[in-house]
This record gives sequence, C-alpha cells and structure tokens, in this order.
Amino acid sequence: MDLAFTPEEDAFRAEVRAFLDAELPRDIADKMHKAKRLTKDDCYRWQNALYHRGWVSPLWPVEYGGTGWTPVQHQIFDEECFAAGAPRVIPFGINLVGPVIIQFGSDYLKERFLKPMQSGEEFWCQGFSEPGSGSDLASLKTKAVLEGDHYVVNGQKTWTTLGHFADWIFLLVRTDTEAKQQMGISMLLVDLASEGVEMRPIVTMDGDHHVNEVFLDNVKVPAAHLVGEENKGWDYAKFLLVNERMGIASVGQSKSELELLKDVARLERKNGRPLIEDPLYQAKLSRLEIDLMALEYTNLRMLTSKGGKASVGALSSYLKIRGSELQQTIMELTMEAVGPYAAPWVPQANDADWNGMPVGPEYASASTSRFLDRRKTTIYGGSNEIQKNIIAKHILNL
Amino acid sequence: MDFALTEEQQLFSDALRKMLEAEYSQSQRAAALDSDNGYSDAVWQQMAEMGLMALPFPEAAGGLGGTASDTMVAAIEFGRSLSVEPFLASVVLGGGAVRLAGSAEQHESLLTGVIAGERKLAAAFLEPQARHDLGDVETTAEAAGDGYSLSGRKAVVLGGDCADTFIVSAKTGEGISLFSVDAGAPGLDVRGYKLVDGRGAAELELGGVAVSADALIGKDGGALPVIEHVCDLAASALCAEAIGAIEMINEMTLEYLKTRQQFGRPIGSFQALQHRAVDLFLEYEHAKSLVFVAAMSADSADAAARGRAVSAAKSYIGTRGREVAKEAVQLHGGIGVTGEYQLGDYVKRVLVADMLFGDADHHLERFGRISASSPAGASVWAQ
Ligand SMILES: Cc1cc2nc3c(=O)[nH]c(=O)nc-3n(C[C@H](O)[C@H](O)[C@H](O)COP(=O)(O)OP(=O)(O)OC[C@H]3O[C@@H](n4cnc5c(N)ncnc54)[C@H](O)[C@@H]3O)c2cc1C
Repeated sequence: MDLAFTPEEDAFRAEVRAFLDAELPRDIADKMHKAKRLTKDDCYRWQNALYHRGWVSPLWPVEYGGTGWTPVQHQIFDEECFAAGAPRVIPFGINLVGPVIIQFGSDYLKERFLKPMQSGEEFWCQGFSEPGSGSDLASLKTKAVLEGDHYVVNGQKTWTTLGHFADWIFLLVRTDTEAKQQMGISMLLVDLASEGVEMRPIVTMDGDHHVNEVFLDNVKVPAAHLVGEENKGWDYAKFLLVNERMGIASVGQSKSELELLKDVARLERKNGRPLIEDPLYQAKLSRLEIDLMALEYTNLRMLTSKGGKASVGALSSYLKIRGSELQQTIMELTMEAVGPYAAPWVPQANDADWNGMPVGPEYASASTSRFLDRRKTTIYGGSNEIQKNIIAKHILNL
Repeated sequence: MDFALTEEQQLFSDALRKMLEAEYSQSQRAAALDSDNGYSDAVWQQMAEMGLMALPFPEAAGGLGGTASDTMVAAIEFGRSLSVEPFLASVVLGGGAVRLAGSAEQHESLLTGVIAGERKLAAAFLEPQARHDLGDVETTAEAAGDGYSLSGRKAVVLGGDCADTFIVSAKTGEGISLFSVDAGAPGLDVRGYKLVDGRGAAELELGGVAVSADALIGKDGGALPVIEHVCDLAASALCAEAIGAIEMINEMTLEYLKTRQQFGRPIGSFQALQHRAVDLFLEYEHAKSLVFVAAMSADSADAAARGRAVSAAKSYIGTRGREVAKEAVQLHGGIGVTGEYQLGDYVKRVLVADMLFGDADHHLERFGRISASSPAGASVWAQ
C-alpha cells in the first residue's frame, strides 16, 4: 500500500505536460476553460496532434496503436489533459466502435476504418437509441434486409450526439424479426453521406445543438460493412457499452472542473468575504470534493486490484453512477456560486466568436446552461437506474 | 500508487480474522462484555502474542515498526468482529502519544508494558466543554515542587475504565502539554462506564494530582501538533473499524434480502429494495477507498495533507456510514430492530465511529478549511 507516485510515474507526468505545453493549441484550451463551444475543426486539430504523438487511442491493443499504459498512467494522462484544457476526444470512434472493430471486425474493416478514425479524418457517431427504444434497447426496430451484396436499411435513430460532426455512424439494426429480441440484432457501419440518410438537429434545453435525429430511408450499405457476424450485434453492443460507462466516470474532467469552480468561489463574495470561506457554501463544496476523491481512488483501487472480485463490467457501473452524479453537482454548485448572474440567458456568450458584452462576470454566462446540459449524464450511457439493475442482478445476485 | 495489501498484511489479516472468528462469537462477546474487565482477557493475550500491541512502535522500543496501514488492516478485523478490547485506546492513542513525543526513557518505561499487553494506556485529551476541539484545554498543570499539579476534567476517555496510565493534556505557562498520570494517583477520580457500542470509557476528574517532572511527555507547551497527529491516527483506525462493520452490515443485509420471503418471493426481487441495496455497496466501496487513503496518509508529518485525507474519510464515514446503517435496519424490517440480532451491534459501532475524534461536521469543516486555503488554481478565472 502506497499513495506516492513512482519516479517513473512522475517522469511520465512530466512528459505529458511537456507535450501539452508544446502541442495543445492555446485557443482550444481557452475555449475549454471558458466553456465555449468547440468547432469540428477544433476537435480535429487536437485529435490529430494526439495521433501524431501516438497517444490518440491509449486503450487500444498496442499493435493497433495503443500505448500499453498502466491504469495509473491512464489516470495521469487524463488528469493532465483536462487540467491543461484539452478537449475530450470525441468518444464514439476511438472509445466505442474502434475497440469493437478491433475485437470483432473483419480485416477489411480494420484496414478501412481504424487509421482515419485515429487521425480524426473521419468522425463517428452512435446510432443505437430510437424513439421507442431507450433503456429497452433490444426492442429496436430499425430494419436491415440483405439484398445481394448490400443491406437496405429503414428506420429512425435519435439522440445522436455530434452526428452533425460525423462522417460515419455505427448502427444497431434488426436483421431477424423472428428470433428472440437480442438474437436478431446486427451492427452496421454506415456512411452518413449515403442516399436516404437525413439528419435533423434536436435543440436541448440548454439552448444548444448537441444531438440529432437520423432518418434512414432505403439506405444501401455494403454487406462488407457488417461488423462480425449477423445477429451477433447485441454481444458487440454490450462489449461497447462497458467502455462507454468507463469514459462516463470522467475523473480527470471533474477534477479540473472542480479547480475552476473553486477559483470562481474565491472570486465571488458573500458577506464581504470570498464565497469559498462561507460556511454553508464551503460545506457543499467540501462534500463534493470528498466525493470526488472517493471516486478517484475507487477508480484506481479497482483498476489496479489484481484478480479482484469486481469484474470490469461491474466496476464500470459503480463508476458511471457516482461519476455522472458528480459531473452534475459540479455544475449545480457553479450555478449557485455565481448568484444572480446565473439568471441572465445569453446563449451567444457560449460562442467564442461572439463580440458582445457578457452580462456579469464572464465565467457566469454559461453556468445555468451547463447545469441544464448536465442533466443528461445520469440518463445516457445506460441510465443510472439501469446501472443499478445491472449491479443488483450481476454483482449482488438479487 | 498501490492499493493492494502486502503479502505480510494479507497473512496478518487472515490470521487475525481466524483468531477472532474462533474466540469472538456473539455469545463469547456477550460474556466478555459482562466480565469485570468489560472485554476478553483471553483475546487480549492472543492479540499481544500475535504482535498486535507491538505493531506501530519503533524497533528500538521493542516494536515492529509498522505503519498506519498495518493498523488499518487490524482495525478492519476489529470492526468485523466487534472487538471491544482496548487496542485503539492503548496502542493507537496512548501509545501513539508516547511514541511520537516521548523520550527514549519514556518509550522504555511506558511502551514495554504496552507491547507485552500488560500495561494499558488511555489518552485523556478532550474535555466536557470542548466538544471536538482538541485545543480547548482548561485542565491546568501548575509547577509544584519539582513536578506539576494537575487539575481539571476530561471527557469520554476511550479505554479509561481499565487504563493503568493516562496520557493527559493540560495547560502549563507555556501552553498545552502532555503528562503521564497513573490511574491510582491520589486526587484522580476515574468514573468508568460503557459506550453505546460496548467499549469501556471514563470521565476523569483531576483534583490537584501531583506528578513528577519526568511525567512531562514531549516539549512543554508543544503538545497540540502531537495531539492532533495522534487523533488523526485514531480517527483513521476508527474509520477502518467502521468499514469492517459496514462490510458485515452489507453482508447481513444482502443475505436477508435473498432469504426473507414475502408475497411469495424473496424481498430482494423487489426493484425498490434492489436499488437501495446497490446504494449500500456503492457507499461501501467509496468509503473504503477513502479509508485506505487516510491510512496511507496518517503517518505523514505534513499536517495539511494528513488532515485532508483523514478528514475526508472521517466525514464520509460519519455521514454515509450512518446512512448505510439506517438503510440496513429498514431493509430488515422488524427483525432489524431487535436487540438479539447482531445487526444492531454493528449499527452501534458505526454510530460511535462518528462520535469520537471529531464528528462528520467537524471534519467537513476542517477539510473545507484546508481545501479553501490551498493556493488558487492556475485556471483562467484566477489569472
Ligand atoms: C444528451 C443525450 C445524448 C445521447 N446520445 C446518444 C447517442 O449518441 N447515441 C445513442 O444511441 N443514444 C444516445 N442517447 C440516448 C440514451 O442512451 C437514452 O436516452 C437512454 O438509454 C435512456 O433512454 P430513454 O431516453 O428512452 O429513456 P427511457 O428508457 O424511456 O427511461 C425513462 C426513465 O425510466 C427509467 N427506466 C427505464 N427502464 C427502467 C427499468 N427497467 N427500471 C428502472 N427504471 C427504468 C429510466 O432510468 C428513466 O429515468 C443520448 C441521450 C441524451 C439525453
């Protein structure tokens, strides 16, 4: 038992810092810290810098461009990136479908998709949810019928995050309507430029455009773009969802956001003193900070425990629940910290190019919209209620 | 960064668990509570033979030179078995003060007996008016002859009912200082009693107790940092005991959910209860991580780093541990409130863990103070 980092880990941290100093574009870091909207090009520039350093897909197997880092190194990397203001790499390619292609895809799919996914030349989005199929994902209805050397896809996907940045979408589709629900699902990789694909924005209550609806009308997809075997898509989806939940714990991101929040609480004043010294506010802030410490070390403890009884899947559910709650609490306390200046609704202020005058301090302008945006974290990636169902069933055997 | 127990720790933990499982059944424990000592002499002796009493002391003093993590490993087992033996009082608290502040002669004269399991120490730091404030000391130590005369009152002294020697905080002209005081010293009144969780404690009244000059432990007027460190070590161990107790609470509750039938099926099949059961385990895992971090920090001389880690764990255990305890009783229904069913004993242990050495609010406040005084971040807003 030892809390200290090894000299190798300290050296690694220094290496990551040096890289961030040299390669993270200042304008992007500034937007991140100030909660401004990123453009597709911002995402591309950062991902491409990571790609050239060989750090874009650290969790992949080494022969496909993974780094082979220890869990502690991953944590250090994550923390340093967020602290420096690096954006999260859009997860849908690198973290979600990439590992599925590596694990289950044909050589052709690996050859065709992995490199541009890493370099950022092709962005991906996730087409799982449908209007009638959310938590009960296996009930999905979008249908694919094999006709010669291609599938014909009909149906609708929804909540497609950053579909408007994406070039490709990975879909869960029904290929067998007779079989038991889970047994009739396949995974297809679909070019969003295909004829018959229509994407429409959904504006969320924060006033922003993060998600979309995707309509699929007789879309032709080459049969070679089927991942693995037909009707095995549910297994691939389960494999993928575990990775998705891991990302959602977001320890590094939350730690850096907590530092920003504490700085806001040092600048804001109450009763003539910095808000951070106000007993009521400080108690809330401390509870949050302690919960985050607990999450951070639980993450590390479970990842580093050899042969521990918690399987990765189980672990990911615990981390998803608490991690998503804390992401929400950070924004809730930020909104509270800025006081009455959380009330003005100035969505343009989220735009880095906007030249208007902010109402109140600059850090106040996005606080309420970010609080609203964060409501999603306990809903997506398998809602927290669904995570509890999973733990009750698979860990507690209830 | 490594959270695994060492091989040695694992062996030690297994051996201790085996011993306690054999010697500390519910009925054996009840008999121990009823005995004159209020704890099991047989178990106390076996603990000494296993080297437990020697654990944290330097090798030069006949100890094993162990760390607070080693203490944690043992304390988890004390929590699981509901041990009421005065290990925390004698080894961690009284022994800790002597270890950190005492001279080589005092190590020799006081710790040798502790290590053999023959002398029991207790730390008398807090006072009736002080609540959790270690610096609020009204007990005085006035120079008298070539020694001191101590007068004042000490509150809820853990292990005070059976201690042979007290380590007492008192104010001299220089400030807060520590003295060793024999339990039989004239003018010392010891009123022993049991705590909610069955452990012994005492109220002390010192009415001009005369001690010699060499009863002063550490620097005259320099005791507060030592007292704070000792109480951090005790808080860390107390949290580890609570984690052991919570482990058992969760095991019992899960078992009950699987076996108790209502409406023709196990109550654990109801989703409303399943989600609450998940919360118990989620809190346990997060609390345990903080307890590990506290233990790994509790030996540190860096008061801020140590305080941050210990206070995080103590306030988390204080609030969430109590939530777990309350929920576990609720999930058991009526059986959960019966005195005979051991769940209640675990619940009491968790409650007391919050009451001693700073409750959740005390530690939340302390954590907040340390955190707020950390330098402003390098964030864009700070620039
Ligand atoms: C901002 C955002 C982005 C998203 N991005 C994507 C994306 O990129 N790609 C994608 O495919 N999907 C995406 N999703 C969809 C997301 O995965 C679903 O919203 C989620 O699975 C929940 O489904 P639902 O919204 O239909 O809610 P429902 O399933 O209808 O659930 C409603 C409520 O009932 C609860 N509930 C449902 N079933 C149970 C049960 N068995 N037991 C207990 N409680 C239950 C839920 O927890 C929830 O509280 C996104 C969602 C949001 C909000």
